[in-house]
Amino acid sequence: MVSLTIDDKAVEVEDGATLLDAAEKLGIQIPTLCHHKALMPYGACRLCLVELQGSRGSWLEASCTYPAQEGLVVRTDTERVLRTRRMMAELLLARCPEVQAVRDIAAEMGVTQTRFPKKNEDCVLCGLCVRVCRERMGPSIVNMIHRGAGRKVGVPFDRHSETCMACGACEVVCPANCVDLSDVTDRVPQPIPLAFDEGLSNRSSIYVPFAQAVPNVPVIDADTCVHMRTGECGACQAFCEADAIDYEQEDRIEEIDVGAIIVATGFKLFDSARIKRYGYGRYDNVIHSLEFERLSHASGPTGGEVVTKDGRKPQAVAILHCIGSRDEDHHEYCSRVCCMYSLKFAHLVREKTDAEVYNLYIDIRAFGKGYEEFYKRVLGEGVHFIRGKCAEVTDVAETPEEAGKLIAIAEDTLLGITRRLPVDMVILSGGLEPAEGSEELGRKVGLNCSQGGFFLEKHPKLAPVDSMSDGIFLAGACQGPKDIPDSVAQGAAAAAGALSLIDKGKVVLEPITAQIDEERCAGCQLCIPNCPYAAIDYDEVKKVSVVTEELCKGCGTCVAGCPSGAAHQKNFEDEQIFSEIEGILVGA
Amino acid sequence: MAEEAFEPKIVGFLCRWCSYTGADLAGTSRIQYPANLAGIRVMCSGRVDPTFVVKALNDGADGVLIAGCHPGDCHYSEGNYKAMRRYPMLMNLLEQFGVERERVRLEWISASEGERFAEVVREFTEQIRSLGPLNWQENVAACCEAI
Repeated sequence: MVSLTIDDKAVEVEDGATLLDAAEKLGIQIPTLCHHKALMPYGACRLCLVELQGSRGSWLEASCTYPAQEGLVVRTDTERVLRTRRMMAELLLARCPEVQAVRDIAAEMGVTQTRFPKKNEDCVLCGLCVRVCRERMGPSIVNMIHRGAGRKVGVPFDRHSETCMACGACEVVCPANCVDLSDVTDRVPQPIPLAFDEGLSNRSSIYVPFAQAVPNVPVIDADTCVHMRTGECGACQAFCEADAIDYEQEDRIEEIDVGAIIVATGFKLFDSARIKRYGYGRYDNVIHSLEFERLSHASGPTGGEVVTKDGRKPQAVAILHCIGSRDEDHHEYCSRVCCMYSLKFAHLVREKTDAEVYNLYIDIRAFGKGYEEFYKRVLGEGVHFIRGKCAEVTDVAETPEEAGKLIAIAEDTLLGITRRLPVDMVILSGGLEPAEGSEELGRKVGLNCSQGGFFLEKHPKLAPVDSMSDGIFLAGACQGPKDIPDSVAQGAAAAAGALSLIDKGKVVLEPITAQIDEERCAGCQLCIPNCPYAAIDYDEVKKVSVVTEELCKGCGTCVAGCPSGAAHQKNFEDEQIFSEIEGILVGA
Repeated sequence: MAEEAFEPKIVGFLCRWCSYTGADLAGTSRIQYPANLAGIRVMCSGRVDPTFVVKALNDGADGVLIAGCHPGDCHYSEGNYKAMRRYPMLMNLLEQFGVERERVRLEWISASEGERFAEVVREFTEQIRSLGPLNWQENVAACCEAI
């Protein structure tokens, strides 16, 4: 550790730290332009000058490069320091009078004019792009070329680089926003769409999935992270003050013994591209409901502004109900939530724009608390409700008014006419399907599926959160389309079910389990694959199969398949069933 | 001397979770169906040993119905698949005995299909009626003895 004084305040820093680090530790602000936390100091801009005082007198040093030494006396507030820094600002301003970053730093020091003849460069020659490409990314594509007054940033031989990986770090790090990747390489950077924003915005390789993520920490996407792929960069680790980044983390599989399982795997939105006539994927301004959710949300890509793809406010919006639901070609069931969210969208569009809104519906299902009242409210807001499922969305105009618009064609069944609605945006209210991978999960956990592929409950009225298997519960949209209040209620119910099961300390079994007569069993093991619950094991020592009665559910399949009659089921013995047959037929 | 009209005797093996409950539903819904079928409840159609069917036919049944949950919906996941596998083997055997394939049926009837259960019983009864009595003792048992 090294002790020194800055502005009469004592500070201790690690060996190798700079004066800038020491000042930062004391909370003393020093202006910088070419400094970057993840890069080696460069000392190009000279804005961070401080005055060192010693026996020989005092002199100026760039605090970003000068190492802290024991007993140094540093001043950042003397007239000499401030005057010199202002001169540096004037020089920068003379070279780049239009660069906002330079103007901001100069303004902070009270410098708005420069006495020097002005050029009009946009590059500040801070070297950040050069340094990030060399120190962090590795290939060192952009470099300083020429000397003296002609010094500038360029690429070798002024030719587009083949090795540049278009990571865009040079563009991102430039304070003057004057790096253009298309000058460096022919490669085009591939933006990484943010899944939570339905691809409407992009993200970096290290990102927080969404604001309510649990745990609410960033995650590194190993497929795109430069460090994970090439071993370079690692800038995030340099920035992290909590030292919380560990590149060595690996996926691991954890085995946990539990007494109950609650399956709450949710839903996925019906893929609107499956219905070609609505033009999803063909027309820019045909969007699905989750995309509109993000569009209209204050934390979304447009900050909540409802705009078309080219940034205009729509004059008319059509909201199409029942996309993929109540449809013989897709899902016959009603997805329950779409009418209400369609009403919400109509309300939001009216609130945020002056657009005309058309809801094309079959029925309005406003079944919950306050739902009918909300429907009435939306009616009062001047939203047009047209009873007729939309037949087609097209951009082929038949009249001059329709030019440049999307036309939603529907039969208005209440008026008995076909209508063409020219709109700027079409929102497809897609239905709900079980989440990706539900079928596979169901097989693993032992859940049957009912209509639509949603998990089957034990009884639709009396046991909606129990599954057919004891100890496995269902909650939420995985059991069937439902909205948030109902999902929460089911979650609580499933938790209660699970708790009451594991809390008892014992499990009640039905007395209809199967058993295998050791004497008769030939050890053929034919019963073992018959058991859906893997309740039968082969005893290698005795060379017979044995039923674990705690796992046996009493289906009797093993009994029916046993060639030697060794397996039998309590209360459903062969003899008992034979007696029943005789009772029906003999002496009848 | 008028012959008594032939009334088929049909034994049904119904699984507790689906087909028996479906039959129950037919009852509670007061759906009329012929009394020719008498049901035996088992926990799962997978419990139905082919020997039950043979025993029923031997004891005088003219037809046997095995009913379980629809494939994929078995309360015990796979029991009905095992029933589905045993059925063709049983039919091959019965065919060799000279028993018509139509006399033993495997049906999938869910707990909500009360009307369907009644329909199956009606249809099956008429089918057996047109086939006539099985007379297992005379036709089948006798030739086994002869062999």
